[in-house]
Amino acid sequence: MELLNINRLSKEYKGGTKALSNVNFSVNEGEFVSIIGPSGAGKSTLLRCINKMIDATDGEIVFDGVSVTDINRKDLRKVRTKIGMIFQHYNLVDRLSVIENVLHGRLGYKTTLEGIIGKYTEKEKKKAFDLLKKLGLKDQAYKRCDQLSGGQKQRVGIARALIQNPKLVLCDEPIASLDPNASKVIMDHLKNINVEMGITSIFNLHQVDVAMKYSDRIIGVNSGEIIYDGTPDNLSEEKIHEIYGSEAGELITE
Amino acid sequence: MELDVMKKKNRKFMLFWIALIGITGFFMVITKYDPIKSFTSIPKAIVWTLTNFYPNSNSIEKLPSILSKLKETIFLSIAATTTASAFALLFGLFGSKTTKINNLLGVLSRTIASIFRNIPIVAWAMILLFSFGQNALTGYFALFFVTFGFLTRAFIETIDEASYESVEALRATGATYFQIVFQGVIPSSIPQIISWVLFMTETNIRSSTLVGILTGTGVGFVFNIYYKSMDYNSASLVVISIILTVFAIEITSNYIRRVIL
Ligand SMILES: Nc1ncnc2c1ncn2[C@@H]1O[C@H](COP(=O)(O)OP(=O)(O)OP(=O)(O)O)[C@@H](O)[C@H]1O
Ligand SMILES: [Mg+2]
Repeated sequence: MELLNINRLSKEYKGGTKALSNVNFSVNEGEFVSIIGPSGAGKSTLLRCINKMIDATDGEIVFDGVSVTDINRKDLRKVRTKIGMIFQHYNLVDRLSVIENVLHGRLGYKTTLEGIIGKYTEKEKKKAFDLLKKLGLKDQAYKRCDQLSGGQKQRVGIARALIQNPKLVLCDEPIASLDPNASKVIMDHLKNINVEMGITSIFNLHQVDVAMKYSDRIIGVNSGEIIYDGTPDNLSEEKIHEIYGSEAGELITE
Repeated sequence: MELDVMKKKNRKFMLFWIALIGITGFFMVITKYDPIKSFTSIPKAIVWTLTNFYPNSNSIEKLPSILSKLKETIFLSIAATTTASAFALLFGLFGSKTTKINNLLGVLSRTIASIFRNIPIVAWAMILLFSFGQNALTGYFALFFVTFGFLTRAFIETIDEASYESVEALRATGATYFQIVFQGVIPSSIPQIISWVLFMTETNIRSSTLVGILTGTGVGFVFNIYYKSMDYNSASLVVISIILTVFAIEITSNYIRRVIL
């Protein structure tokens, strides 16, 4: 079943930077897709067009049967609740507690007033604690987020995305600020979510080896254009160099 | 080569001092300022202060009325600061890149803030004197406008600095504008917001004394009366109570800062 369809997507920023030009691909339910490419290739832009954090200049995006590109505010809100997002810098409210940050994932389902005063149901709170337990953060629930390590913060970010009950998670370089150990823990959790819960996942990754290891499918982007779309197995050494615009032997791939 | 650079630097330095002395001399001639006289009058001023400017038993009797006027001034400043803060927070949200609703409103609020901030408080007081006359309302609005302008600018910077990333995350969850403000922006920037408000409260208690002289209200006004009627003893008591109050306020707000940060 197709969950996401991107058709002739283009984005030109004010000032004339063409970040994406004529991008086409679709993602099926349950897929684990990694987008790789050099810095400035347009990976973050592409990810943010999917939940309309950035408005595309041209083309169409259909998510779960709904066209996201010209959607009204109310429907956009509904679409966003179905898409979890995980960031390189975790993007938590550092001065609030872990549990409060996790519950932020429910805001999209609440009336404005309920959200302002932070009124959550018992069921939501229980779900939040269950997720923290699953992610190994049971004892940190009442800690302030600025007291956590990077790896712990990213797990809070994951819990915040999961409590949304998303159909899709978008991860923009989720391990770029973490050490190898914490990176592995995070990637394993995210893979688990994909396999066990069947949540479709789209990743921006800098590490080719990580992308190869975890993904069902890899999309290679250079200068805003897709130049590879296929399985990790079919991704040849030359193709990697083409994606990164480098000569053979110049890259650190392991 | 390096010597050349050094020489160039030295020449620039010389030119700067020559220009400074020239400008100073020019304005001294224009304003008929006599530097020698101003220095020789310092000892005389000290002697005058020591012999006249101290509270005596007669002025102590006036303490209750001075204190009640002082209280009036403090309350006026606090009222102006808190109400202005509320408006500044709203305009700060509109003006910040992170939380702007649209560009027009953003430019508008930054412009308004800049105008209000850059007109000095005494000028505001004089402008408002025409509309409200000599009463407390004039002082209130003068303080309000300047505080509003200053805090809007301060809040814009605070919000941009403290909350860009968490705002992005909350937006992605489908949160509404005011949910983002109350769950993300305010928790992230509340220590700085409080700190700025305390700073403006201190500043306003000082300036409202001055504004009171113009508007004929509060403790500034009683000082002016005592001073003009040559009751220097009572005037000195006013000054001392103002200084003590400002100290007390500063100590309190430093304490609050320590607790919240
Ligand atoms: N807000 C913006 N305004 C103008 N240009 C932008 C903006 N954001 C990104 N760009 C430009 O668009 C292009 C793509 O940027 P993008 O952030 O999507 O790249 P990326 O592939 O995520 O890079 P990285 O791997 O460094 O994160 C770059 O040339 C960038 O300079
Ligand atoms: Mg990026």
